[in-house]
Amino acid sequence: MAVDYTTQTTGGIGDAVLRKEDRKFVTGEGRYVDDLKLPAMLHAVFVRSPFGHARITAIDTSAALALPGVHAVLTHATLPVETGVLSASNPGGDVRHPEQAILAKEFARYAGEPVAMVIADDRYIARDGADLVHVDYDPLPVVVDAEKALEPGAPLVHAEYDSNLVKTLEHVTDGFDDAMAKAARVIKLRVDNQRVTPMPMETRGCIGDWSDSTGEVTLYTSTQVAHFVRTFVSIVCGTSEAKVRVVTPDVGGGFGAKLNTYREEFAVCAASHAVGRPIKWIEDRTENAVATIHGRAQVQYYEAGVDDNGRIVALKFDAVQNNGAYNMLLTPSISHLTLFMVPGLYDIQDISIRIRQTFTNTTPTDAYRGAGRPEATHGIERLMDAIADDLGIDAAEVRRRNFIQPEQFPYSSATGLIYDSGEYEANLDKALELSDYAGFPARRAESEQNGKHRGIGLSTYVEVCGLAPSAVTAALGIGAPGWEHSTVRLHPTGKATVITGTSPHGQGHATSWSQITQTELGIPFDDVEVIHGDTAFQPYGLGTYGSRSLAVGGIALYRSLGKVREKARELAAHLLECSIDDLEWTGTAWQVKGSPDRAKTIQELAYAGWTSASLPEGIEPVLEATTFHDPPNFTFPNGTHVCEVEIDPETGRIEILNYTAVDDCGNVINPLIVDGQVHGGIIQGLGQALFEETVYGEDGQMLTPTLVEYLVPSAADVPPMTLSRTVTPSPSNPLGVKGIGEAGTIGASAAIVNAAVDALSGLGIRHLEMPMQPGRVWKAMQEATS
Amino acid sequence: MIPSTLEYTKARSIDEALAAVAAGARPLAGGMSLLPMMRLRLASPGAVVDLGGVPELVGVCEDGDELAVGAMTTHRAIANDPLIARHCHVVAQAAAGVGSMTIRNRGTIGGSLAHADPHGDLPAAILAAGGAVIVRGPGGERRVDVGDLITSYLTTTIADDELITQVRLPKDAAQSAYAKFHRRAIDWSIIGVGVSIGADGVRAAATGVGERPMRLTGFESVLDGGGSLEAAIARAAEGLSPTADLDGSTEYKQHLVGVLAARAYAEASSR
Repeated sequence: MAVDYTTQTTGGIGDAVLRKEDRKFVTGEGRYVDDLKLPAMLHAVFVRSPFGHARITAIDTSAALALPGVHAVLTHATLPVETGVLSASNPGGDVRHPEQAILAKEFARYAGEPVAMVIADDRYIARDGADLVHVDYDPLPVVVDAEKALEPGAPLVHAEYDSNLVKTLEHVTDGFDDAMAKAARVIKLRVDNQRVTPMPMETRGCIGDWSDSTGEVTLYTSTQVAHFVRTFVSIVCGTSEAKVRVVTPDVGGGFGAKLNTYREEFAVCAASHAVGRPIKWIEDRTENAVATIHGRAQVQYYEAGVDDNGRIVALKFDAVQNNGAYNMLLTPSISHLTLFMVPGLYDIQDISIRIRQTFTNTTPTDAYRGAGRPEATHGIERLMDAIADDLGIDAAEVRRRNFIQPEQFPYSSATGLIYDSGEYEANLDKALELSDYAGFPARRAESEQNGKHRGIGLSTYVEVCGLAPSAVTAALGIGAPGWEHSTVRLHPTGKATVITGTSPHGQGHATSWSQITQTELGIPFDDVEVIHGDTAFQPYGLGTYGSRSLAVGGIALYRSLGKVREKARELAAHLLECSIDDLEWTGTAWQVKGSPDRAKTIQELAYAGWTSASLPEGIEPVLEATTFHDPPNFTFPNGTHVCEVEIDPETGRIEILNYTAVDDCGNVINPLIVDGQVHGGIIQGLGQALFEETVYGEDGQMLTPTLVEYLVPSAADVPPMTLSRTVTPSPSNPLGVKGIGEAGTIGASAAIVNAAVDALSGLGIRHLEMPMQPGRVWKAMQEATS
Repeated sequence: MIPSTLEYTKARSIDEALAAVAAGARPLAGGMSLLPMMRLRLASPGAVVDLGGVPELVGVCEDGDELAVGAMTTHRAIANDPLIARHCHVVAQAAAGVGSMTIRNRGTIGGSLAHADPHGDLPAAILAAGGAVIVRGPGGERRVDVGDLITSYLTTTIADDELITQVRLPKDAAQSAYAKFHRRAIDWSIIGVGVSIGADGVRAAATGVGERPMRLTGFESVLDGGGSLEAAIARAAEGLSPTADLDGSTEYKQHLVGVLAARAYAEASSR
């Protein structure tokens, strides 16, 4: 939305307030893991497998140990851990979870798998030492392609299983076969949602500090989920969870890459235990490409049964998900989120879904911004255009005919979700108007005169956010809940500390949470401090991912603020010698109804609660409250993205001319932050559509290990964007909020690809795979015209 | 960056720099190519000598019918230099399109030629202009045409104890242009083509087409023989077999050579 980018530095709910945390970031005073230096700290570098699949027959560490400055070289045999990496995901209860040793045990199953760990005085010596560790590898057959991994006779990634199948997710409605049989026509489409890398600005890094005298373990790590990490460190390293403290300093982006627990986090703790000094490890960029999870990597086969009007009467979805060599924290659940969202925002009640997850000799995949939902949205939005094309119906019209209608909410989807609210057609109409969809034919004609192909593309989406009701996560086989924590603490001086279980790494929670506090409790924005990301200060928190922070953590805060306000009311009634029913809340004070002279401000009440000179019967001192909020339902943000492109017929180069996004994330706390999330999300979707792909050779070598080969968009690649919103408040929470962190990414890729395909539709082109690099587009044009 | 252990010295004169390279040090110019290679440990020099403190290696001046460009002159300085813009547009234009502003502020013309990246823009642009380099070593100075300088991937005819001190650009390359094709707004060239129309005829050269920048002899001969631009484009990629990679097939890259040669020629003609 066109926010007036003023310099407002304070405000409540709905205000476009500049982010209070940004001053330190823009002045270089952010403090990341690599900025931390502990006394006597040593540095680790990992030796990683250069092979996609190999048996490790011997490891000779003698030359490395002989290098001055090297303190230790640890391998699977010498690293003191109790178990391997843990996963929290087991949908259906029968997922194959092979052991993932912290350092490779006998086999390396992807290029980049850690095999040994060199500990030295500094990172340079550690790296030199790593080059001196001699590992004997016996290379084994490799499979990197998920579909090939399922073929009979494919090399087995884990020899203990009879195939590479991890798990088959299936969901078929009773009426599917009949409905499909009655379809007037069936439209088929194969979509390859390619493997990409989250690529946060800050790579991963951690410091393990195990005190021999107290048994306390402190892990500083760049993560989205500090408490998860603490729980798992205690199990993997074999110590009491109460002895483990995980500290999250400033985190420079995550995008799901840091919604995990990694071998290196366990390894630095165990190594610190073994060596007796703090151990720091900082991932370098090329290491990040191979050692941090990837996303997407899903091949989809759609069959849509449609009637003569373009209404989908039955939908079949058969996909193969490349899980990589091991299951990480949530790997088997990511394509489960795809399953949920296969029908998108269309009223399709007869559905058949099969998703086969496979092991391959590649880096594991897991949550990447959108996590399973962008795959579903991209596929069905390509399919809607294929249907429109097949029937000769306008792309907007075919969507209208299939939308879930406003009166159908709450809507029970064929995949078992209850969509909360939405007005999809109103949202579409707004986007069409803002993008001047009606004027497109004239613009296309103008481009043609200039020798360019012009196209316009739509993407209408709904996503499932606000992860998650704990009963649902349990039913889905996720071994972790979905609630969130908050504590609100008022100090004697009337200032507030907000402790949140969310874990911002760019989202601006310090600002948004202060705005909510100002509005709900009357404590001025600048008087609120937000604490997060340190397990020593917080009760358990689940962290930040899945567009959940506001819809779950924000509601936890809202409820704590309400509890404090109500406690303050009892105190005020006591001090003003009236009944609580005689009081009204002014926004900053409790006052006797109609008597502004008989009032107590929240600051006065904070002081009175602290001094405790006179408390009402049964009321404890201090204004403080804690909430563990478990959401009753997910939230369902939705929207319409419209993209317009021009393609150079000589080179195949796609230029995005303009981009319009109308999102419905429910009520908005800070429009500036929402716009920023949408901008960033669209840019990441643009990256996948045009530039990004993590590519493996058949031999298991990654062909895109540096930013020379893996192309991330820069600001110079970003087109003009028009952002707007529609608002249908979520009925599932008292703030009416839905979440916006992933929406841009979910909506963008299909809008861009649909625009490009539309531009080339005159040549008979009906589909393009991502990334749409010019060479690929040119080849499609050559084939279409030859 | 975590390079292997190395010795670093900063030269204050060309003689100091020559002494260092004679002793085995790798010359470090802007560092825009050598440092990434050291980061990846594709290069692990035991010693580097920084040329950034040698004032006589920087600057542009007229010298007869040529421009003398110090080897340590940055891409940014070249892109903004009025003499180069007037007399040798193709090189100024190529320099303006190298990487990002940050890279152009550090990367140098001599470093680009000495590094000889097969996707470098400056070598192709200077080849199209008909430029040369002055190389100095223990035996004194010698002049090498850019066409004879680069022999293969990252390989030149400069000996380990020599340095490029100067680039010589002809002043008759005013009617010239450089066209590059790349994926992102700021990116390496997949293919780049420089064209210069001089008194002696058309010179065209491409980068990204093989192990070193190549003259487009088919394209040149058609135009020099009075043939049409269409006919010249058809022969632009003659003899070239660019490697297929993630950016596209050999056939696509051959096609791009023709497209870019035509664009550069059209722009050069209009100047």
